[in-house]
Amino acid sequence: MDSVNRLGPELILLAMAGILVLGDIAFLVTGERLLQRKRAVLAAAALAGTAGSLVWSGLLVATDTTGEAFSGTMTVDKFTLFFNFLFAGTAAIVILASVDYIKRSRFPAEYYGLVLASAAGLMLLASTIDLIAIFVALELTSISLYILVGFVKDQRSSEAGLKYLLLGAISSAVTLYGMAFLFGLSGSTGLGEIADAVAAADEGERAAYVLAAVFLAAGLGFKMAVVPFQMWVPDVYHGAPTPVTAYLSVGSKAAGFAVALRIFVEALGDGFIASDWANMFAVIAAVSMTLGNVVALAQTNIKRLLAYSSIAQAGNFLIGLAAVAANDPQVMLGTSSVMFFLATYAFTNLGAFIAVIAISNKIESDEIDDYAGMARRSPLLALGLTLCLVSLTGIPPTAGFIAKVYIFNAAVQADLVWLAVVGVLNSVLSVYYYLRVVLNMYTREPLSEEAIPLSPALGFAMATATVGLLVVGIFPFPLIEASEAAAAVFG
Amino acid sequence: MSVGLEHFLVLGAVLFAIGIYLALTKRNAVAVLMGIELMFNAVNVTFVAFSRFVESASPLTGHVFVVFIITVAAAEAAVALALAVLVYRNRETINIDEINLLKW
Repeated sequence: MDSVNRLGPELILLAMAGILVLGDIAFLVTGERLLQRKRAVLAAAALAGTAGSLVWSGLLVATDTTGEAFSGTMTVDKFTLFFNFLFAGTAAIVILASVDYIKRSRFPAEYYGLVLASAAGLMLLASTIDLIAIFVALELTSISLYILVGFVKDQRSSEAGLKYLLLGAISSAVTLYGMAFLFGLSGSTGLGEIADAVAAADEGERAAYVLAAVFLAAGLGFKMAVVPFQMWVPDVYHGAPTPVTAYLSVGSKAAGFAVALRIFVEALGDGFIASDWANMFAVIAAVSMTLGNVVALAQTNIKRLLAYSSIAQAGNFLIGLAAVAANDPQVMLGTSSVMFFLATYAFTNLGAFIAVIAISNKIESDEIDDYAGMARRSPLLALGLTLCLVSLTGIPPTAGFIAKVYIFNAAVQADLVWLAVVGVLNSVLSVYYYLRVVLNMYTREPLSEEAIPLSPALGFAMATATVGLLVVGIFPFPLIEASEAAAAVFG
Repeated sequence: MSVGLEHFLVLGAVLFAIGIYLALTKRNAVAVLMGIELMFNAVNVTFVAFSRFVESASPLTGHVFVVFIITVAAAEAAVALALAVLVYRNRETINIDEINLLKW
């Protein structure tokens, strides 16, 4: 029962996913009145699932419950709980953002069920400490997301789904090959035992370990969406239903980093090979930031712009991962800066996508030119989107500014001054394309005077995101303390 | 000559290389899927070989991992074929060069 209690937040999401999909049948026998409210009932049930998950995580924190679960394949610690809150919160905001969007679909129960199932997978990814469990959690998220990306079934959506699936499956095969080598070298699939084997390894095995690390980084790099595994990002972000895009850009990316921190810091963190993968991540970080920002300059579609911006942001996160194992390692600072950045990025990017959803619900276009004069058509949405874009750029008083200072500081402390300089130059570059959207909204004449309606669900989600990023921007200390407590797990 | 770990590892590596070559060069989505299956099976061969030859406290873990991979790969293939059918209904083709509404 201890195991069940510790994994309660994940299990409650999975249970609710099952209830939604099976309970859909119950609407066949209920009366006409309930059938009309079906969509609202389903959305409320899905939200209740995420709320239950958040409350259960809160109880685990309050009772200070930590420890391993299910014979050492999973662990609940501060790191896990941090990500539990992040992923359950993300899923809740995505569900709120989907309410209007999914009105056109005939399958709302399956949609919410898949969102909850993939959220459970994301949370499991942060808590697993065994390669088998990591693989299963990875696929639980991925397969749910493949279906969600193709959910609308029109040409774009199905094309994006197929592309995402083919590339995703290749990347999981590559990850598995890396895992096979780790198993062969250490004789175990537990991350703890692998760490012991790495510490005891001799020089002759070093090349094999580095090879395994490269394979793993290739597979996880796909989830994190960093160069050179970023080809799918613009297409899938563009073709997927926008709430799913928001989910992909925040949830799937954060989970990629969570599991990368687990594997690389916990299992391969020994100084013996750590400097090898630190160098690899430093180079990938610099290339991702530069490529993401340069290509984003040329984008005319806001979803593609946000896709390239998310590649650049992934480069920013990788700076922290490189700092964890550089020549002058900053395990604590590197890890906590990545986690802080991930949390602020979740607020910021979700907020930006919610504004995009609200606007495209009305004007049915994602072209930046169509955003002209948006400030007059919907002052609140324009303000919210501006705040999010300002935060993505990293300008005070938003959360993005603190996050960037924090992560560049980690790089400087770890003797990676060149990487911090590249990061700062890239932030300057990104000002151009983020603020181009803002200028478009505020200075140009609107294409029509029709106001953009904001439904209560979207309004609430938007308010949560923007208030969150402002509060963290002005009082960052509680979140910094939480990230530090979580990072201390790798002490 | 006895068959040792190296032989299985080379077999796995060759299979993996063929699989990734197929997955990256074939233009038909179903052929790409076949390449991916080959990659998964290369991993399976590698796992079972390690499981048999490596000294370990729990040698069966490798076999258990293979069972999980087979199961998950089947689930993935089901979704993949469903999406391929969906694309075919929309476009009347599953040639990935012609599925180009979104630029790569």
